[in-house]
Amino acid sequence: MNFEFSEEQNLLREQANGFLKDNCPPAAVRKILEGKKSYDEALWRKIAEMGWTATTIPEEYGGLGLGYLELCVIAEELGRAVAPVPFSSSVYLATEALLLAGSPAQKEEWLPKLATGEAIGTFAFAEGPGRPSAKSLKTGLSKGRLRGTKIAVPDGDVAHVAIVVAKSRAGDKAAWYLVDLTQRNVKRAPVSTLDPTRSHASITFRSADAQPLGADGEGWALTQKLLDRAAILFAWEQVGGADAALNQAKEYALGRYAFGRPIASYQAIKHKLAHAYIKNTLARSNCYYGAWALNTNAAELPLAAATARVSATQAYYFASKENIQTHGGMGFTWEFDCQFHYRRSKLLSVNIGSEGGWQDRLISAVEHSNVA
Amino acid sequence: MDFNDSPAEARFREEARAWLKANVPTAAELEGLDYIGKAKLWQKRKFDAGWACLRWPKEFGGRGASAIEQVIWGQEESKFETPQSVFQIGQGMAAPTLMAYATEEQKKRFLPKLASGEEIWCQLFSEPAGGSDLAALRTRSEKRGDEWVINGQKIWTSGAHYSDWGILVTRSDPTVPKHKGLTYFFLNMKSPGVTVKPIKQISGGANFNEVYFTDVRIPDGQRLGAVGQGWQVSLTTLMNERASIGGGGMGVGFRVAYKLAQKVMIDDKPAIEDSAVRARLANWYVEESGLKYTGYRTMTALSRGQTPGPENSIGKAVGAPKTQDMASFCMDLLEMAGAIDDPEVAEAAGLLQMTYMASPGGRIAGGTDEIMLNILAERVLGLPQDVRVDKGIPFSEVPTGRG
Repeated sequence: MNFEFSEEQNLLREQANGFLKDNCPPAAVRKILEGKKSYDEALWRKIAEMGWTATTIPEEYGGLGLGYLELCVIAEELGRAVAPVPFSSSVYLATEALLLAGSPAQKEEWLPKLATGEAIGTFAFAEGPGRPSAKSLKTGLSKGRLRGTKIAVPDGDVAHVAIVVAKSRAGDKAAWYLVDLTQRNVKRAPVSTLDPTRSHASITFRSADAQPLGADGEGWALTQKLLDRAAILFAWEQVGGADAALNQAKEYALGRYAFGRPIASYQAIKHKLAHAYIKNTLARSNCYYGAWALNTNAAELPLAAATARVSATQAYYFASKENIQTHGGMGFTWEFDCQFHYRRSKLLSVNIGSEGGWQDRLISAVEHSNVA
Repeated sequence: MDFNDSPAEARFREEARAWLKANVPTAAELEGLDYIGKAKLWQKRKFDAGWACLRWPKEFGGRGASAIEQVIWGQEESKFETPQSVFQIGQGMAAPTLMAYATEEQKKRFLPKLASGEEIWCQLFSEPAGGSDLAALRTRSEKRGDEWVINGQKIWTSGAHYSDWGILVTRSDPTVPKHKGLTYFFLNMKSPGVTVKPIKQISGGANFNEVYFTDVRIPDGQRLGAVGQGWQVSLTTLMNERASIGGGGMGVGFRVAYKLAQKVMIDDKPAIEDSAVRARLANWYVEESGLKYTGYRTMTALSRGQTPGPENSIGKAVGAPKTQDMASFCMDLLEMAGAIDDPEVAEAAGLLQMTYMASPGGRIAGGTDEIMLNILAERVLGLPQDVRVDKGIPFSEVPTGRG
């Protein structure tokens, strides 16, 4: 059995952890939370310099051509640090979408810039409340040009390029379009979310220039493929965050005294943190399987993705809210950092589909794979 | 990252698989035997061929195998239908204690018969007044010449009714603090003065017992560890709870619930199409999957000759309550029919109802849910122990009940 990261990957984790401790301390997260900037530009530049944005981009397009295990390691550390940068949009979504469906010309145009971090990419999907479906999409081509509005696009205010999920030409299915967001016919309006450490914007396409990405009518299938892959990477962020939240709670409980002894010695707190440890451990192990499936493009990828996402979403939610609970009144103050995880965990639980949708996807994957 | 055996592990697995295929007892061979007879037949066959108690030294009936080889053997054996073992307590708990504390002569006398299944052992630890608080046990041992005289009572002793020998912790000195006044023995269960009374469980069976000791005599030679060292010796016994790694798919889990949900209807459609059913099944799927891959991570550490991390200690805390909830859920799917437990009539021959009735025991035996959470909190997360009001005071002065 060799179900572990390699020595090199473990070293990368150490380096990433150390780098983010130095370059993304809580103060850096708070700066974006409280300020007007969309993301930490200095941190983003350094991340790009380290080659993280180039991890899975093939060398022919200026990337490092490494595997997904390395990207999972990086994702976990970014999640642990609650890093306020557009990494997930650019790397898990835009880069992956181009790798999945881009023509050589499209890859040639965008992958090198995504690799260096000089371009930020994103994925525009949701149009309103509730779970999107191919039929519910309103964004589409009109006279060959893209019209419609997408809400709450991650990094929508700063991204240079977006993959947009829209109606197919015949209107009955879905299609992907590659859109340069810097063009005149694209209007963006920043929107406030409960996690200001990750900026979002609504984007309106007013007869915008748009290139088909992948085959017409294939948009929904491509979206599911993309979200399966992104789910695993986001799950590693969630696991990193859940771990950090548990550690925060533990450290606080060890130092906080009540009735003459540390609150960590009371069973109610011990059991609470033990439950968090259990959920985090289950999620981490499910993420290992997801990492393997992603890295090997396994047939089980949809099942592994849903399992990782459901598990990690539940773990991060629990850890983040019980972290506040363990802190008592102080955890509820703006001044304390517990809110970082409370906000980020909720954002990550709805960004690419809620728990309910992914529970359904999990059972569908079981039905299709005849696993049981 | 892959699931592959190393070449040496692969060879070992091949060997194990080949032997199992050729030697697992057939129905004909087991004909007419009761469950203990079946267990003994299979255990002896494994012993004779060098496949019993793999990790033990060869001189004691084992194979000197590594931890990962033990896991591989367990995986391969679980793929076949074999008689259920009645030897786990003896082999898993008594034997390691004997190996650590018994004389060479005693090891030679007892370990091979433990490995072959010729003798069955039980564990006489818990008492009515001390379950989770094991060290608060009261069964008394008094030295008289070369012997010790035992008086008291043990409870929840699994298999005492068919055991030949038992490991026993007693209080040799009630005037000193709790942990300091214990002494550990092993005894012949047929000794005069030992009375075994079965306890009927809510699940109908009576696999465990009360064991009464009335002036039972044990030679001093059967003491393990020094007088007053009983707690340390007990820790050796308890530390040998085997981590259950991988395997699974037994009992009422996702597979059973999923198949049932495909079969049973809600609103004229298979229950598996109901979103509430799908959500609940998905939640249990991720728990089982998480346990399985946690096991793989532990196996990887063993394969590399490393000490596994603490992750695998979550198994019982997750598995026991989950079994209860899943059995309950499956019965709910069946609606009124879920209440029927006649094995001739009930779905899955009454497995669901049997599991539901047996599952409270799983949350209590071998470490309650609450104790498992304490252990995770204290030993894994490093949180401080709770206050002990019985610390440092003579055992005879510790409060034990209302009034």
